[in-house]
Order: sequence, then C-alpha cells, then structure tokens
Amino acid sequence: MSTIKTLEDLNKAAKRGLESIIPSKTKIMVGMSTSGLASGAQEVYDALAAEIKKRKLDVVLCKTSAMGMDCIEPLVEVIQPNRPRLAYSRMTAKKVPEVINQVAKGVVDGFKPTYRMDEEDYLCLNEKKPYFKGPLPNDVKDIPTISNVDFYKKQVKIATRNCGMINFESIDEYVAKGGYFSLYKALTQMKPEQIIDEIIASGLRGRGGGGFPAGVKWQTCRRAHGDIKYVLCNGDEGDPGAYMDRSVMEGDPHSIIEGMIIGAFAIGATDGFIYVRNEYPLAVANLQRALDQARAYGFLGNNIFNSGFNFDIKIGKGAGAFVCGESTALMTSLEGKAGEPRAKYIHTVEYGLWNRPSNLNNVETWANVPAIISRGAKWFSSIGCKNNSGTKVFSLVGKVNNIGLVEVPMGIPLKDIIYEIGGGIPGGKKFKAVQTGGPSGGCIPKSLEDISVDFDALWEAGSMMGSGGMIVMDETTCMVDIARYFIDFLEFESCGKCVPCREGVMRMNEILHDICGGKGRPGDIELLESMSKGIVDGALCALGSTAPNPVLSTLKYFRDEYTAHVRDKKCPAGVCKALIRFSVSDEKCTGCGVCLKKCPTECISGEKKKTHVIDQTECIKCGVCKESCKFDAIIVE
Amino acid sequence: MKKAQTMDKKVKDIIKKYYGDKTAMIAILQDVQEEFRYLPKETLSFISKKMDVPLTRIYEIATFYNAFSLKPRGKHTIEVCLGTACHVQGASRLIDRLERDLSISSGDTTKDKMFTLEEVRCLGCCSLAPVIRISGNVHPYLTQDELPKILRNYK
Repeated sequence: MSTIKTLEDLNKAAKRGLESIIPSKTKIMVGMSTSGLASGAQEVYDALAAEIKKRKLDVVLCKTSAMGMDCIEPLVEVIQPNRPRLAYSRMTAKKVPEVINQVAKGVVDGFKPTYRMDEEDYLCLNEKKPYFKGPLPNDVKDIPTISNVDFYKKQVKIATRNCGMINFESIDEYVAKGGYFSLYKALTQMKPEQIIDEIIASGLRGRGGGGFPAGVKWQTCRRAHGDIKYVLCNGDEGDPGAYMDRSVMEGDPHSIIEGMIIGAFAIGATDGFIYVRNEYPLAVANLQRALDQARAYGFLGNNIFNSGFNFDIKIGKGAGAFVCGESTALMTSLEGKAGEPRAKYIHTVEYGLWNRPSNLNNVETWANVPAIISRGAKWFSSIGCKNNSGTKVFSLVGKVNNIGLVEVPMGIPLKDIIYEIGGGIPGGKKFKAVQTGGPSGGCIPKSLEDISVDFDALWEAGSMMGSGGMIVMDETTCMVDIARYFIDFLEFESCGKCVPCREGVMRMNEILHDICGGKGRPGDIELLESMSKGIVDGALCALGSTAPNPVLSTLKYFRDEYTAHVRDKKCPAGVCKALIRFSVSDEKCTGCGVCLKKCPTECISGEKKKTHVIDQTECIKCGVCKESCKFDAIIVE
Repeated sequence: MKKAQTMDKKVKDIIKKYYGDKTAMIAILQDVQEEFRYLPKETLSFISKKMDVPLTRIYEIATFYNAFSLKPRGKHTIEVCLGTACHVQGASRLIDRLERDLSISSGDTTKDKMFTLEEVRCLGCCSLAPVIRISGNVHPYLTQDELPKILRNYK
C-alpha cells in the first residue's frame, strides 16, 4: 500500500475497490457481524469454503456485515456476472451444496433466494450501478426485488449505506463507494468555515439522543480558545435494546473515520478518540483494522492530501459503565479515571478532555458527515421533516415479526415502522406500546401510533428519540414491570456522585419492587410522582435527570396497570410473579405429560391423556410448563 | 514465591506495553484481567508501586467499572443479557433457571470453578433475544429448557 495524496491515486484505489465489489467472476458474500455469527454464519462460511474447494470452482468468497434484517440471518449473497444479486436467507451448512449447485449452473432452481437486487446504490457518488445489462434472466423473475420486501420498502439508507454492501475488511471497497472523496473535497476545495456552514445548513442534529445541531457544536468548538483541540466519537452504546452504532462500527468503520477527519479539519483539531464499549469486541477489531488502513493510505497522519493538515485517531475502550455514554463522564473515562460526570454549565466544547476544547458526536452523526459533504446540505435537508432533516437508524426489536436494524426518514409515522416494516406483532397478539430512548426515554402507547417519529414529537409525547432503540411490546408485557426494569438498571448504573440520583432512584426502585411483589400501598403511585419531580430537578447529569422518565411515561399512559397492581393485587399482563398463578386448562390439556417431565419442582401431576393439575404450594412460577406446552393449555392469571 | 514472580513479570510486561502511561490505567487493568480472569490483589499493589499511583485510585477504577472483578472467576463466564429486548422476551426466567441449576447467585462462581454467572445490560444482539454469552460465544433465541444441554458442552 502506498500513500494516497492526489485525486488520481484515489481514483486508482476506487477502481481496485470496484473490481472487488463486482468482480468479473462469481462472488459469494456471507453476513458476518455479531448477529450473523451468533446465528451460525461461521459454520455456513466454512461449509461454503469447503464446497467451493471440493468442486474446484473459481469463486470469490468474502465477508460482509449485516444489512439490517437480522431475523433472516445467516444471509448468503451471490453476485454472478450479468445476473442480479441474490440473497439466500436462513442459511445452514446443510443448504450449502444446493446453493453451490445453483451457482455452478448459474440458474436458480429449487431452494429460492428471498430477494434479489438489480442495481446497487452508490450514495456518495449519486449514481446507481446495475448488476446486469439486458433483460432480466427468466429464472429470477418471480423473486421479489429488495424494494418490494416490506422490511426495506420504506427505508432510506444514509448512515448505514455501506453496511452489508461492502467487505468491512477492505478500504478499497469503501473508496469505490465514494468514500474518502468527501475528505478530498473538504481538504482541498473547502475552507473549515465553509464545511461548518454546510453542516449547519444540512440541519444535521446529534444522533446520540440529544438532537443538538451538530454544525453549531462544531462552530462553538472551532471558536473556543486553545491550541490543542479534540474530536471524539461516542461509541459507548449503552442503551439496552439498541445496537445501531455497533452495526456501523462493525460494518462500515471507515464512514465514521472519514466523518471525524472532516470534522477535525473544520474544527481545527489534531487528535481524535473513538470511545467504544467493552461489550463490542468485533467493533473494536474492525475499527482498529480500519484505522491502520487509513493510516497506511495517509488519510490519517501528517499532511493529509498535501493539505498541510495533520490528524490521528486512537481507540479508547470502555469497561462497562452506562454513565460513560454521558459526554463529561466519557471524557473523564478517556483520561483513565473512574467515569463520573460533572456539572454541565462548563461546556465540553470549551473545557472537555484534559480541559481542552472537545467536540463529541456519536457514531451515526459522524457516519452522516461524508454523505452531506459529497451530496450537499440541500439534498440532506430534503429528506426528513421540518427541523429534523435526514434519516434515523433504529433497532426494531421485541415483540415484532421483522426484527432488525431500520433506517427511515425522520417524520415517518410510528405505525409504518411497526406494521409495515416490522410486519406487526407475532402470534396475533395486540400491540401495546413501544419503548424508545433507552432508560432515559419512555413508552409510547398504541393510541399514539400515528405520531411522527422525530426528535420533537417524541419529546412532546413524554419519550425521546434517544440513540435509536425501539422495543415493541404486546399485551403480554407488563408496563409496571418495564418501569421497574429500567429503574433497576439505572440504580445499578448510577455513579453515586449526586444524592438525588443515588438515593432517589434507589427508593423509587424499592417502591416499584414492592408494587410488583404484591406489597404496593395506597399512595405509592403519588409518592413515585413527587419523587420523580425531585430527581428531575436535582440530579447532576442527564442520567439522573431523565431517570424518572420510564416511570412518568408509563404512569401517564398506563396508570390503570399500576392501580391493578397496588389496589387489586393483580398483574393484567401476567408477568409479575407474586401476582400470578399458573393453572391448566381443562379444555386444552391433552395429558401429553411434557410439562410434568419438565417441571423442576415436580409440582405437576396427572395421568396420561387426562388433564394435569399444578400444586400451587410447590409452584415456583418458573414458566417452563407454559413454554413447553404445545397446546397452549397453561393459563396465567 | 515462583508464582508471585511470574505474576509480577506478566504485569510488568503489560505496563511496558502502555509505556507506563497513567491515563492508560483502564486499558492496563483490562489486560491484567484478561490474563488472570480477575484482578488479583497483589497485581494491584504491584501496579500502584510500579506506576506511582495511589492504591485507592486503582481500587476506585477497579470497583467503578463493571468489567472488573476482584474475585477469582470460573473457567467460563456466563453472561445473561438483561437488555430491554431480552427482558421482554423473558431473560429473567433464564437467570432464575441458571441460578437454580448451578446452585449459585448471579455474580458468583460455582464450587468447581467452572462457571461464573453474570448479568449484563445488553450485548447488542437484540435481534436474537433472549441471548446468553458463554466465554464469548453468543447463544441466540433461548428457552430455559435448552440451558442444561448448552452448559454440558462447556464442561
């Protein structure tokens, strides 16, 4: 690898990359991100390699990351010359010979791909490249195109533009997709102020949850006094139920790095840090590889693109503390100390890391930057809705059919995400609420399903955008239990520095435990409300001041469930152990004996082919009988 | 005596890797923990002396972050994900079952030093909920019924 200093060099790298994205021979790609690997992608990859070797086929086998639809992984994609790209879902080692058969013949026959792609979007270059010329081959005509798959229909990909499309181990492929061309443009054709103006005009707001205009933050940091300034990337994705940033760090690390270099040039920073949480080993490995590649090409280091600009990035690894996602705590942790936050009236853009001006943005924000520089502020602000330009990535998880990562334009109605992209609720159950914003957010009930998904509307509804977790809940989810879950989480993660958060959240947790444990007292609900107010007003950082949100929002929309727990000692959703009992339905039980064998306390009795009985005094309510019953004969009430 | 010497040698190498940089304390402790599976008391005093950092500072870091353990851990760490997605899919039933089957509470290690049971808040595998991770391997879409069989594979 030689360094790249001119546009000509960059074009050469792009040419190499394009040859590896769409080679002149057959290419097979396996989705190997964390979710793919957990579903068995390594096994599939090995089986493919063995089969290709056995049959002596001239095929390129490579890795890619997840494209978003995690519920159909492991995913294997085949690109053959002059044929559309085909995606085979839910692959196993057993199905490999059949797919290889089809590859060898060049015809789809038998085991069908889930969808096909006729062309590939090169977003930063503003062009689409077709996979084939001429008419569509007959054998793939009845396979739907990706734009006809419900999950992808309404999605617009900007931040995750390359996830699942390129090999994350190849910098050339990233360059071929238009990567580092934005950096070239920024460094050679734009002034720092111009870049900042462009980001301000684009209306890009911080994707980490706060929604603060990114360009304004850059500007303040640029104007701050100091010779040494830092740009930081927040990859401490601590919200439970969210994994957008992990996907980008694993699948397209260069987009973050390019964004940060552009930002550093605009702000006048010399050093950068990416803070990644300890729980994401693959993200750290992929980022480290990408940094080494960028350094080898001269995108990091001295005199980048002969512009005289010097910049480098280091990775800082977290060690498992939720509070370190908070800006001041993150900086303290990067300094090698216990990550405690500090009061916010001292702005980090002026006094941040080592008391120097520091600009922190999250992974998704940085990944948007190269696209804005190449396509322009006008294009970016044309996507989305008023005051909320662009797209947002969400992890759509929980009780929903199509689980995965979705990137949608801001302002899309919530129900479109749940029913169209998500494909509704499994098992014919009723949609109850969706939780957004992680522990600082809240629950949005079914009655508000028409709500526009943007920073401001979600805030008004008592929740928040947060980093992008979207956990769908159905009628079998207890909202009091959810509030207890989040408060439990926050009590555990509170750093203990300020009293309202350390003591207040703990007391709220005790009250919620009592309510869920059947020991709720009259007045508890009102007490929760007044304590919430005290914590909101008194806590030092955002973790504390938003901690009561899960309780306040569930109280706002699901007060009747709290009342049922406190007054009637009932859990309507059948979740809270102390308030439920398991019994066997006389009508549905076939007497098959499965539950009887599985019960750990042997409290189920009954003869074969006769209705079984649960001994309530011995039942520990573990629920294994309900999970194992094929006839849905276990009643929870 | 010999054991203590090799321990000191290993820690010394780790400190050297980071050029004794005090701001790299978290990374140093992470490496020590990876080496010994926990932070032995002796290593912490050794680091304190070697790097001239008060022992209290080191303990502050070691007890602040969840990734560090001051107690010896088992051969395999079982991490039960209690992220929101896993929670709504019944992760608490998995932890109950593991506690019962291994006869330990969350956070403890089995007598035979095989397993350490831990709760973690989100492994970022929400699409596969509920999940557990054993020695780095993610096991997706679990029911409590499958747990005994999975554990047998690690013995």
